[in-house]
Amino acid sequence: MGSLPELLAIDGVMLVVVAWFAIGLAGIAALHNLAFVARVLFPLSASLSLALAGFALPALPGAPQVAVLAIGLPDLPFHLRLDALSAFFLALLGLASAGISVFAGGYFRQGEGTAPGLLCLHYHLFLASMAMVLLADDAYAFMVTWEVMALSSFFLVTTNHRIAEIRRAGFLYLLVAHVGAISILLCFGVLQANTGDYTFANMRAQSLPPFWASCAFGLALFGFGAKAGLLPLHVWLPEAHPAAPSPVSALMSGVMLKTAIYGLVRVNFDLLGSPLWWWGVVALVVGLATALFGVVFAAAQVDMKRLLAYSSIENVGLIVVGLGLAIVFAAYRMGSLAALALVASLYHCLNHAMFKSLLFLGTGSVLHATQERNLGKLGGLMRFMPWVAWTTLVGVVASAGLPPSNGFVSEWLLLQGFLFTGDLPNPYLRMLVPVFAAGVVLVAALAGYVMVKFFGVIFLGRPREEKLAQAHDAGGLERLGLAWLTAGCVLLGLFPVAVIEVMDPITTALVGRGLALSGRAGDWLLLAPMSAERASYSPILFLLVTAAVVFATIVLVRRFYHGRVRRAAPWDCGFPAQTARMQDTAEGFGQPIRQIFEPFYRMHRELPTPFDAAPRYKVTVEDPLWGWVYLRIAAATEAVSRWVGMLQRGRISIYLLYSFLTLVALLFLTQA
Amino acid sequence: MNLEGLLAQLLAAAVALVGAPLVTGWVNQCRAWLQNRRAPPLLMPFRTLHKLFWKESVVAHDASPVFRITPYLVFGCMLLAALIIPTLSTNLPMATAADAIALVGLFGLARLFISLAAMDIGTSFGTLGARREMLVGFLAEPAFLMVVFTASLISSSTSLATTVSALAHREFTILPSLAFAGIAFTMVSLAENARVPVDNPTTHLELTMIHEALILEYSGRHLALMEWAASLKLFAYSCAGLAIFFPWGIAEANDHVALLWALPALAAKLAIGGFLLALIETTLAKMRIFRVPEFLATAFLLGVLALLVHLLLGA
Repeated sequence: MGSLPELLAIDGVMLVVVAWFAIGLAGIAALHNLAFVARVLFPLSASLSLALAGFALPALPGAPQVAVLAIGLPDLPFHLRLDALSAFFLALLGLASAGISVFAGGYFRQGEGTAPGLLCLHYHLFLASMAMVLLADDAYAFMVTWEVMALSSFFLVTTNHRIAEIRRAGFLYLLVAHVGAISILLCFGVLQANTGDYTFANMRAQSLPPFWASCAFGLALFGFGAKAGLLPLHVWLPEAHPAAPSPVSALMSGVMLKTAIYGLVRVNFDLLGSPLWWWGVVALVVGLATALFGVVFAAAQVDMKRLLAYSSIENVGLIVVGLGLAIVFAAYRMGSLAALALVASLYHCLNHAMFKSLLFLGTGSVLHATQERNLGKLGGLMRFMPWVAWTTLVGVVASAGLPPSNGFVSEWLLLQGFLFTGDLPNPYLRMLVPVFAAGVVLVAALAGYVMVKFFGVIFLGRPREEKLAQAHDAGGLERLGLAWLTAGCVLLGLFPVAVIEVMDPITTALVGRGLALSGRAGDWLLLAPMSAERASYSPILFLLVTAAVVFATIVLVRRFYHGRVRRAAPWDCGFPAQTARMQDTAEGFGQPIRQIFEPFYRMHRELPTPFDAAPRYKVTVEDPLWGWVYLRIAAATEAVSRWVGMLQRGRISIYLLYSFLTLVALLFLTQA
Repeated sequence: MNLEGLLAQLLAAAVALVGAPLVTGWVNQCRAWLQNRRAPPLLMPFRTLHKLFWKESVVAHDASPVFRITPYLVFGCMLLAALIIPTLSTNLPMATAADAIALVGLFGLARLFISLAAMDIGTSFGTLGARREMLVGFLAEPAFLMVVFTASLISSSTSLATTVSALAHREFTILPSLAFAGIAFTMVSLAENARVPVDNPTTHLELTMIHEALILEYSGRHLALMEWAASLKLFAYSCAGLAIFFPWGIAEANDHVALLWALPALAAKLAIGGFLLALIETTLAKMRIFRVPEFLATAFLLGVLALLVHLLLGA
């Protein structure tokens, strides 16, 4: 077979990209034909996603493949490269978007802002540009596709552009995206080390002095952090995610954030070569702060999509914590531990792509069925929407990081990584890093709180509004999408050894070592990253034993006693007027967290007095960073503009005077 | 998985299922004595379970399947927890399936479902209980993990069986890190098992109850399973504590003589532990719910301190 199938992989990926582009154009041709766009184009696109994953996965262990596209500026063609890291993220893109696109086919309705055909174009441009970002092998191709990705997603966010709030969210997103893009561009500028050659191959060959390497690291962290939602550049996430239609939110949160992570990994482990240990500490600090911030704010949210957006911030934080740990280990040449941390991080990328897409799609179905995003007006939907509820429950367990779901696997790997920090040669790091482990654990535990709130308030209890009883379950295509992602969550949770084996070539390429589970533990059931004595986890056995106990208990109780059940009203505490309004609201459920972490929030409370005829309680929670950072930057920008504006007097004589003074100054300079 | 391991595993399961209600009964007995009451018989929890299993289960009209499956799931989780903690022997095939971190995750899974089930009925008590349970949980879980981390770092393994063998074989010195971890673990166990000073297992006062509010809607066999699961949880926590801090008397693999001694040793250790628990519960007052975060934050900090002490002093 030789090199023939390997050659096919990158061409296959390009083929998918071109086909996505064609589907987008077909959407333009059928601008208002919703049935065609939704029932034909989106499912077709989903099968292309599967094809993408099918091309990318076999290419993972192979040698890197390169291609040069003739498009681009003269003498500046697009360089493309498909190596293990790209293939992994392409597979992630394919697997997640397959479910999302199928769901989208059932989701979009007529008369929602942008015409369906145009939406289809934006959507597929977005998909294609993400694939191209992952393939790009020079700064030029990377930046062009990165921009296409930002712009197409901007148009997707502002699908309902008639609402002012959504336009504002879109603007904020565009702004942060461009601030980030500038930083990434500067980072590439540093990386090419004055050679004028912007291909990644050249950047790899350069070895920068520590100062410039650190500059590149800082710029990359800032630039990609803006896209990933790292503190303090996270502000666009909780605005853009609720504004976008749910499949778009899923795609942005599940996949687009991962392209930023891809960028971070690419720059730090591939282009920069040998990292310095303190970069890892910076990444750990930023990551942990982001994770804590995200989860604490998620607990206080009352809008279900905002809650998920903050939860995404939390997960990105955890991923960056893993990267930071990997950088620290890599800096001290502890290859297998760096591989462990990197695998934890990448595994979490994959998991988050699955479960967060699933949760966002679930909220989309709820939103369509009820027209409500506010948690306080939902409740009891499990009875009316069982399909959505059960699939979401899987996502909730995964998001809470509990066994035997996939979320637990990556958390487990990350914590295992932390347990090895005692071997680090630097005593300060040995002291500091376990504190980060404590923080990670706190974040994971809080995530459980958030997820109970999310699921319990939406799907359990009694409906808080009358109209909820008319809520309908998701349609066929929507169910297929949800089921696909659910299956992804379950399989990633149950077969971690197989997944990590697939990821081995990535760590081998980036940090020189793989985890090589199959060689050592010798058991595909048992996940034991270092040795079975040290730590092991077997989700299948875990699930089987629990299921067996549950089954045996059910059978035995029925055998020896009975299985009678009587339905009755719940106990009313002797107070007959029990209504659905007596359940905890979302605000109520988050109240302990608000009380404990009060200094984090900027809260406005409206408390009723005992004498109010119509008592009202209202609490709004705002992001303090908005006031501390953004409004100050805005005020400073305004002040500087006003100051610069003083130059502009609007009189021709003044401008002539400027010209004259400039001329004199230049003459003076040239003479000197 | 060899035959011997399988037998040890089945023995551990039997000991857990029988021992857990006994421990609960013993603690109740001790508490009654300490409070100058006439004590209920030691086997009282079994009679209660038997009675409850015979009663019919009353389920609210609005209850979803989550409500009905949760008792079985929680029971399964707790039994699995008891299976992976070395109670009599470290030769446990199941211990490779889930290490100490997975154990914490297992308790987390049970907590998630028990809270969801409480929210399922849609009464004010259920949601209140769920909220408080999650509040206690998210603070106790990290503290517990810090304790686990300390023990894992000392023994360089997160597998409980390996940890126990490693800790049992060291010479007898009181390590400062383990001392800190021990205090943290005691505080966490009190909170997680709904004991005074965090919760009172004997009250139904709405202002204070946590665990009882969660299972308020359960009756019949569902309630029986929940109660059994709660006593299994107490048993599992006690055994985890005994395994980490007092690992002597637990049999190693292929040591049949030690296995004979392991059961009386466990019984003695649990009896002393149960008495101490009753003593704590009798002498302490229950604290306000908003003091609980401070209590558990202290446990968390002690856990972090234990970790740092180990890393800095190597002790």
